[in-house]
Amino acid sequence: MPSITFIHHDDRAETVSANDGDSAMYTALLHGIDGITGECGGGAVCATCHVYVDDSWLGKVGAVGADEDELLEGVASERLPNSRLSCQIKITEALDGLVLRLPERQV
Amino acid sequence: MVATVTTASSHTPPVLSFGGALPNDASSQPVVHLDVDPFAMDFFADPHPTHEVLREAGPVVYLDKWNVYAVARYAEVHAVLNDPATFCSSRGVGLSDFAREKPWRPQSLILEADPPAHTRTRAVLNKVLSPAVMKQLRDGFAAAADAKVDELLERRSFDAVAYLAEAYPLSVFPDAMGLQKEGRENLLPYAGLVFNAFGPPNQLRQDAIERSAPHQAYVAAQCQRDNLAPGGFGACIHARVDTGDITADEAPLLVRSLLSAGLDTTVNGIGAAVYCLARYPQEFARLRSDLSLARNAFEEAVRYESPVQTFFRTTTRDVEISGCRVGEGEKVLMFLAAANRDPRRWADPERYDITRKTSGHVGFGSGIHMCVGQLVARLEGEVMLSALARKVASIEITGEVKRRYNNTLRGLESLPVTFTPA
Ligand code: HEM
Ligand code: FES
Repeated sequence: MPSITFIHHDDRAETVSANDGDSAMYTALLHGIDGITGECGGGAVCATCHVYVDDSWLGKVGAVGADEDELLEGVASERLPNSRLSCQIKITEALDGLVLRLPERQV
Repeated sequence: MVATVTTASSHTPPVLSFGGALPNDASSQPVVHLDVDPFAMDFFADPHPTHEVLREAGPVVYLDKWNVYAVARYAEVHAVLNDPATFCSSRGVGLSDFAREKPWRPQSLILEADPPAHTRTRAVLNKVLSPAVMKQLRDGFAAAADAKVDELLERRSFDAVAYLAEAYPLSVFPDAMGLQKEGRENLLPYAGLVFNAFGPPNQLRQDAIERSAPHQAYVAAQCQRDNLAPGGFGACIHARVDTGDITADEAPLLVRSLLSAGLDTTVNGIGAAVYCLARYPQEFARLRSDLSLARNAFEEAVRYESPVQTFFRTTTRDVEISGCRVGEGEKVLMFLAAANRDPRRWADPERYDITRKTSGHVGFGSGIHMCVGQLVARLEGEVMLSALARKVASIEITGEVKRRYNNTLRGLESLPVTFTPA
């Protein structure tokens, strides 16, 4: 099972194991990670699953889709070059060890 | 404490399966027939005991009264919502099967559509109602909520349905749409009609359709480009004609979707939240001590009361739902409200808990048709609950609470309350 580390805004880190094929957003909800809201359940509507991908992983999480790009314009915390919607990141073995930082606010 | 998030995962058997079972195959489970009318007045008066009967009778039941299959447990409702190829919307999301009966109005291009047609229209409305658009609306909606609560504190005692749950959305949504000032009194009757029309041909539906002509005429006119103010949701939909995303014939029908679904739903959502906070003062106290809970307090009210109680799908092929065989061309009724209180999914489901992890509730649906206006609804709900929490010390019910009856929407006709200022 790939493991993912979520680093909260206050630098607290939580490492959890993910099911292959689940999204990073879903993994966070399953483990009760505060800081990811995921109001639309991964439907790419709400932009409340915003994360900052650790730079060393940026090349591996895939590209930002056109719809995701527009949604990222609406995130509550600052959009940065490494901003992603975690419901659009699908976990695979290749992402074992992924590090995602959580923004200050989701709404 | 909190139940796990349920979707198909590796260790639970899939809810849906295909192709295996023949009719009367010994491996499939018998479907329990129930003599329940979920569109009757006595049911509406207190649906929860019957929801429990529906959930406990089996994963799928058959309602003889209307000749439909029904699902009331969370796992099955969620599975049906998330398999639009098997459970289609294009044959109507009410009882009426558009393959056999002419729809009472031209079919919706989004709600009553399947991929790939749905994918295109949905993309347009997603953009019109996007998080970025909500950011721009937020301050105005919040100021209107504050002003409304100030006005209500002057009044002290009033009917929270008319003066709050209806008045607040009416003060923000029609303007956000870009509607003209005249004729807005048609909006709630039109929405009541639309939601009654999803139900069976009972008195509620027939009366609503009989009285519908003026409301339909009003809505048809408001959907035209010339009648929609620049900058509003309506004009933004029409602007998509210029970019080639939709045709000039499609735009008015997409505006109609927002007029149908964008007002009465939030009236009942905000009504539900105020009713919850009035009944559970300890939750209102928690909200007052932590304003950041406002958005979740609204979300939990949507789970708890489920303003939209039901929707239907129609099967496009033979399917087994948790071992129960359902043939092609059958209507399947989804009890969203019963799923939202299924003890298999929710700890202490009868409790209104503003700190609950509400994620996964189906009050806004789930999957590709999940409410496209959910961000508008949450924005209205959040800023209103935040205004109440800052300005009001207590909400007391001071008269008889009366229910409003509709085939799909659950809400109140009257909620007399007294506010004590903070
Ligand atoms: C608390 C308020 C609301 C509730 C409970 C609610 C509930 C729902 C539900 C359950 C669905 C799914 C229908 C299905 O699966 O067949 C839905 C879809 C829809 N809602 Fe909402 N809604 C609310 C507010 C709004 C608002 C404010 C708007 C417009 C601004 C809106 C517009 C729509 C539209 C157009 C659809 C169809 C989406 C599609 O088929 O892709 N709703 N809503
Ligand atoms: S969960 Fe809503 S956009 Fe990711």
